[in-house]
Amino acid sequence: MDLGNVESLAYSLPEGILAVAVLVVLMLEVLVRRKDMHGYWALLAVAGACAAGAMQAGGPQGWLFNRMVALDSFAIFFKIVLGLAGVGAVWMSLGSKELEDQNPGEYYVILLACTLGMFYMASASNLLMAYLALEFVSQTSYILSGFLKQSRRSSEAALKYLIYGGVASGAMVYGMSLIFGLTGSLDYAVIGERLAAAEGNAPVIFVALVLILAGFGYKISMVPFHMWAPDVYEGAPLPVTAFLAVGSKAAGIAMLVRFFYPGVSTMGGDGTWVPLENVDWQGLMVIVAGVTMTLGNLAAIRQDNVKRLLAYSSVAHAGYMLMGFVVLSNQGLQAMLFYILAYYIMNLGAFAVVLMVLNRTGREDIQAFRGLAWRGGALPACAMAIFLFSLAGLPPTAGFVGKFYLFAAVIHEHMYALAAVAGVNTAIGLYYYARIIREMFLEDPQEGDPVMVLDMHNSVLVGALVIFTVVFGVYWAPVSSMAARSLLFIGG
Amino acid sequence: MENILTYMTFIPVAGMFVVMAIPRDRHNLIRQVSLAATIPPLLMAIWLYSNFDRTTTEFQYVVESAWMPAFNIQYILGIDGLSVTMVLLTALLCPICLLSSWNIEKGVKGYHMLFLLLDAAMMGVFCALDFFLFFIFWEVMLLPMYFLIGIWGGPRREYAAIKFFLYTQLGGVLMLISMLALYFYNDPHTFDMRVLMANAGTYTRGFQFIVWIALFIGFAIKIPAFPFHTWLPDAHVEAPTAISVILAGVLLKMGTYGILRINYPMLPIGTQECAFWALAVLGTWNIVYGALCAMAQEDMKKLVAYSSISHMGYVMLGMATLTPQGINGAVLQMFNHGTITAMLFLLVGVVYDRAHHRRIDGFGGLASVMPTYTGIMSIAFFAALGLPGLSAFISEALVFLGAWQYDHVLTIIAATSVVLTAGYMLWLLQRVWLGPVNEKYADMPDVTTREVVTLIPLAIIVLILGVQPHYVLDLINPTLLAINDTVATANAVAQATVLP
Repeated sequence: MDLGNVESLAYSLPEGILAVAVLVVLMLEVLVRRKDMHGYWALLAVAGACAAGAMQAGGPQGWLFNRMVALDSFAIFFKIVLGLAGVGAVWMSLGSKELEDQNPGEYYVILLACTLGMFYMASASNLLMAYLALEFVSQTSYILSGFLKQSRRSSEAALKYLIYGGVASGAMVYGMSLIFGLTGSLDYAVIGERLAAAEGNAPVIFVALVLILAGFGYKISMVPFHMWAPDVYEGAPLPVTAFLAVGSKAAGIAMLVRFFYPGVSTMGGDGTWVPLENVDWQGLMVIVAGVTMTLGNLAAIRQDNVKRLLAYSSVAHAGYMLMGFVVLSNQGLQAMLFYILAYYIMNLGAFAVVLMVLNRTGREDIQAFRGLAWRGGALPACAMAIFLFSLAGLPPTAGFVGKFYLFAAVIHEHMYALAAVAGVNTAIGLYYYARIIREMFLEDPQEGDPVMVLDMHNSVLVGALVIFTVVFGVYWAPVSSMAARSLLFIGG
Repeated sequence: MENILTYMTFIPVAGMFVVMAIPRDRHNLIRQVSLAATIPPLLMAIWLYSNFDRTTTEFQYVVESAWMPAFNIQYILGIDGLSVTMVLLTALLCPICLLSSWNIEKGVKGYHMLFLLLDAAMMGVFCALDFFLFFIFWEVMLLPMYFLIGIWGGPRREYAAIKFFLYTQLGGVLMLISMLALYFYNDPHTFDMRVLMANAGTYTRGFQFIVWIALFIGFAIKIPAFPFHTWLPDAHVEAPTAISVILAGVLLKMGTYGILRINYPMLPIGTQECAFWALAVLGTWNIVYGALCAMAQEDMKKLVAYSSISHMGYVMLGMATLTPQGINGAVLQMFNHGTITAMLFLLVGVVYDRAHHRRIDGFGGLASVMPTYTGIMSIAFFAALGLPGLSAFISEALVFLGAWQYDHVLTIIAATSVVLTAGYMLWLLQRVWLGPVNEKYADMPDVTTREVVTLIPLAIIVLILGVQPHYVLDLINPTLLAINDTVATANAVAQATVLP
């Protein structure tokens, strides 16, 4: 299936819903005086987009918009995850005190637009489309992270994000232009064919790929393009932080995989992939993966701000996900997809608990969690413990299963050194996650620590995520088979 | 009764959910329900003991069902002579520990829920026959342990809890990697321990060596073998009494159990290559070093903790010898140490509950103040120092019998600790229980009925096994001989199949 512009619209329902919703909420902002309903419209829209994405599964697959966009099960998987990330972000925004007196219409319009951009990031099969989608997401993310206009930290975050983003996408465009120069095309499928045929250009190809990695790597906060993450995570409003941590990373991974797998590698037998000859990006990425997780974890140890700590932890998790990327096998990709979903659940959950504490205390440092288990409702503390143990990779949680799959993929390819590095990192990770747990359970609350009063809205989200974290830690067959089914690329 | 092992493992989990539903201020109800949840496994364990087939080396009461077919992960439980003793020990110690933690007043609900989860995980570790399942139980055990030490422990509890947690987690990661290496080495890939054991002859020498070492480090942390032992004194001293009992009584055994269950039959050539340095030498070092450290302690609990390190050394030495006597002695010692150390920690806990300190020089003449207590205590003390007629003597003697055939020098070094053990135990006895009465504690009440109930069953076992060790040896002997044979003949098998 290779459709032109008009016919493609019939297969763009998820994106269509989001695009219409952007316009509708924008109009509502102007026409309707009541501001408190915008969020619910946004929630409806993003949930609808997610459901529409899920409904595309099993349907026809092919190229849309003259081979600009791919509609395949890989893209559909990410539409579901990104839709869920959007649902989580909107839900959290509705329950956030920080955002209460901000302009809700604008906020939700931009959030929906950002989600729309991420959908296209996951399905772009052309460098131009990839670049546009990525920039679209970046621009909207800059605004979202600076949305707390009275907060200096928030503005600083937006500015830093903008500058780093500008540099990274500049490098990426340069890399893309090299690729275009070598192949004369921006279409992934054509690029793949012509690069395989081009002999003697290995150094140039390598440089081009590394430059492109700068742009993709910046989105998934991969070392050395991770520097923005801690500041932006700390400064941005918390729901935005959660959205960036989960959504932006997933979209970046989708883009990375689509370019490096069906784009510049070819499918070998037995579910393995063969990279270009003489272009050892695999070796480079093994090192990058190891360094990313180690640096992220080591830096997280000394953080006192929970958002900042989770930022570095998200850098480390990018490293774990890359373990699935570097093995060049479908087994690795499946592990990575599983991990992304598990990461979505546990990380969003952790941020949701931070949101509850932030709403109650106005603080987001570790001391704000002091004695949390003994301050009224124990749900936030117990839930946080489960999310953190899941992030640390302890059974029986979804995070453990994800890590197990990643380790299995790496060991299957005999990359014992990477497995060992990841193993040590798991122990380091446990150390700083346990710091929060210690603060919540082992410390006694002190005079003046506010009692936790649970509100329905946030408790529902946290409760649901806890259930998924544990259930997928014990019975994960549906998720792993869904990940396995999502490995069909169009034009690979 | 086919599913008896499933029931034993998951009844405590059911109990945990019942406790979860009880309002948090109904302390006594929570305690009673928790205790009630540990009684059925105990009864089943007694039933298992009388119905266990002592003639076969096969796994018994096996339950099997698919769990994750895509990855060939199965839910398999089953026991043989090696695991049945540990199942008995766990089932016995859990109700005792719950009884002994009756006086806990802080966060009663959380404490009991975590304890029941711990109970289930420990039982699962000893019953699991699928490596993945084994690993899950192994790791799940960590979480309740972390909180139980960290929330209900002594002054330095946070440090002790995190140290325990990180050490064990590091070992866990090594185990995970080794497990996956074994999984992918077999074709078709499997976690089924029975298949992994049956294919032991196909693993190359180098593979066995590396995996053996990685697994050994994971298990050695739990034993704890020198130099991975430093978490133990901290964790023991800070943990509440019942948790110390579980730590010493059950958790330490998991290390040696893991080596016998996994390293020995699955990696027999690796065992032959490494047993001398990793088990015999380190074991002997453990024996002497633990005893010397125990002698220098001023805190009763810390003394008992170091004596555990020393006594676990016997287990390592015994199994390293690869003789029928040595390996039987090792497993018997695992069981005996479980009962004796449990008693010692309970006894120290009794004094601590009354005096709120455990300094050895802070007491004196307790024998005349608390006569019943001293009577029970003397059984535990003399058992710990290996007095003939009490259980530990038999297992230590068997270990030495095996060790003498294996290496004279190590045996002689290890044997010096018999004197050292008697030294620190009797010296402790003398300073705390004999001598002039410390006026401060002249009217300390004697043991209560509840405390006696926790101690007497263990004392009876110690006495009976001192004269009738075959009650346990009959259970373990066939299985251990089979494991011993696998290792002893591994080289011959390997040569026959020409392994690189």
